[in-house]
Amino acid sequence: MESAGLKIALRVWVALVLLFLFVPILLIVVYAFDPATVESWPIHGFTMHWFTVAWNDQAVRQAFLLSVKVALLATGTALVLGSAVAYALHQFRFFGRDAISFLLVLPIALPGVVTGLALNSFFTFTQIRLSIWTIVIGHATFCIVMVFNNLIARLRRTPGSLAEASMDLGGRGWQTQLYVMLPAVITALISGALLAFALSFDEVVVTVFTSGANNTLPIWIFGAIRLGQQLPEVNAVVSIVIVLTIIPVLLAARIAGAGSVTRTARAERVQETGRI
Amino acid sequence: MTEQVAGRRPGGSAAGTWSKLGAALWRRPWARATFLLTPPLAWFLVIYLAALVVLLITAFWQTNSYTNALEHIWNLQNFAQIFKTPAYRSIILRTVEMAAAVTVTDGIIALPFAYYMARVATRRTRTILYVAILLPLWASYLAKVYSWQLIFTRDGVLNWSLGKLALGHLNLINTNWAVFIAFCYIWLPYMVIPVYAALDRIPPSMIEASQDLGGRTWRTARSVIMPLALPGIVAGSIFTFSLTLGDYITPELLGGTNSVFIGSVAYDTFLSNNIPLGAAMAMVPIAIMFCYLLGARALGAFEEL
Repeated sequence: MESAGLKIALRVWVALVLLFLFVPILLIVVYAFDPATVESWPIHGFTMHWFTVAWNDQAVRQAFLLSVKVALLATGTALVLGSAVAYALHQFRFFGRDAISFLLVLPIALPGVVTGLALNSFFTFTQIRLSIWTIVIGHATFCIVMVFNNLIARLRRTPGSLAEASMDLGGRGWQTQLYVMLPAVITALISGALLAFALSFDEVVVTVFTSGANNTLPIWIFGAIRLGQQLPEVNAVVSIVIVLTIIPVLLAARIAGAGSVTRTARAERVQETGRI
Repeated sequence: MTEQVAGRRPGGSAAGTWSKLGAALWRRPWARATFLLTPPLAWFLVIYLAALVVLLITAFWQTNSYTNALEHIWNLQNFAQIFKTPAYRSIILRTVEMAAAVTVTDGIIALPFAYYMARVATRRTRTILYVAILLPLWASYLAKVYSWQLIFTRDGVLNWSLGKLALGHLNLINTNWAVFIAFCYIWLPYMVIPVYAALDRIPPSMIEASQDLGGRTWRTARSVIMPLALPGIVAGSIFTFSLTLGDYITPELLGGTNSVFIGSVAYDTFLSNNIPLGAAMAMVPIAIMFCYLLGARALGAFEEL
């Protein structure tokens, strides 16, 4: 229905939006190779120096290791709790079912500062000292929805007759789950876990309130940018973080279809978009 | 039928306990539901909801102005301070204006983009564009904020480009414009995806029907596509609005002296250890989002969530 003129206008619009989306991110990566200590455009040459500096920086290393540890623990917790709630909501109809799925989205729908401040007051109130565990608790709370969304979308599309057939053929409950249901949902579980990992690895808004003296990598970056210190090193570190968050996301998109990778909403209907 | 199968199997000795437990759970749906739901619900009730409740309670407490210690004395002082101090009132207003401006701008940017994805692009292009939205959506949040510092800074890309075009100089760093542009940039993918999902679901026959009935491009867009896209736009706006409402990092890194927002106040009270005031301030975005979500539900946006 679109006239040729409208189509051209839309194409131009799409191209401009893509530029808007990608130029800033690519710019950081370009700056990471700039030998100058004070950033100005255009860059002054090409060097890998800042990557070496970042690699040898103990503070960066420790922050990186802490981030990986937190992300793994939060992802593990989210996998257990997220799949339990997905199975329950898929199998049973009960009062308050909608309230539960609403509750799960709340941590990513409410402003991060609210979640952060709430958790901080909670830990103060219960006299729990801020540590790696308080970071994990915060992260797991909003990672659960990632696993939940992916799994429940998959469960809805998996025909119930599959499990019935397995049991008609004499499969026990656990055999049906392990040999029939698990293969049907495993890619959704993996992509949910990858997204949870990426979300946790990059989180800073809530983490500021739950980390105490522990620096995760985003906290280290935030501190450095805020104080305007070590900015060339920050460019290198941030470039690495961009790559590290994008890899799990691309993997998830490849495994379970691009539609499962949203951060906002269930996108089961987008699933047709296809694999990449 | 399934119950018979589970019941008929005799349990072995070692694995028996487990299969008996499994069978018992299988025969009693309520037991299974409880078994599955207790851990996640406990997590959310004991940690997340409890934390929100503690936040609410803390808003009615105070800190001792000498020792900075939290005092469990109930009063409405924090709320009075927020609503009576003109500075706080203008901060709230500024934040809501910013969130609204960002939401509207992102809606305008996203709509043609999502439309192209859903209705013009080939299958292949659609997938590529979808991934092109996913990458900036997931790329590091701090990187996205920081990149605008690199662009807007005095010797940054913006001023270099303006200089090449002989357009003079523009100092956007440490202004609300920098904050606004960065917000639009960071939250744009959150708007594109639900709008695309909504547009993608409009059956082509509906648009054909509109045309058969004589609707021209503009009329079809206004009377058929817009109403059907609206739930998607509202779903996206929940995120652009809420995320802007509670962000303190972007104003902190890109804003200037005039860039104090609700999130900044909450963050500052946290740094200065006056959590009760910050807690009261945090009630403002919660209240706003509560009204917003109620409105969104009335518009059917939850179908898109």
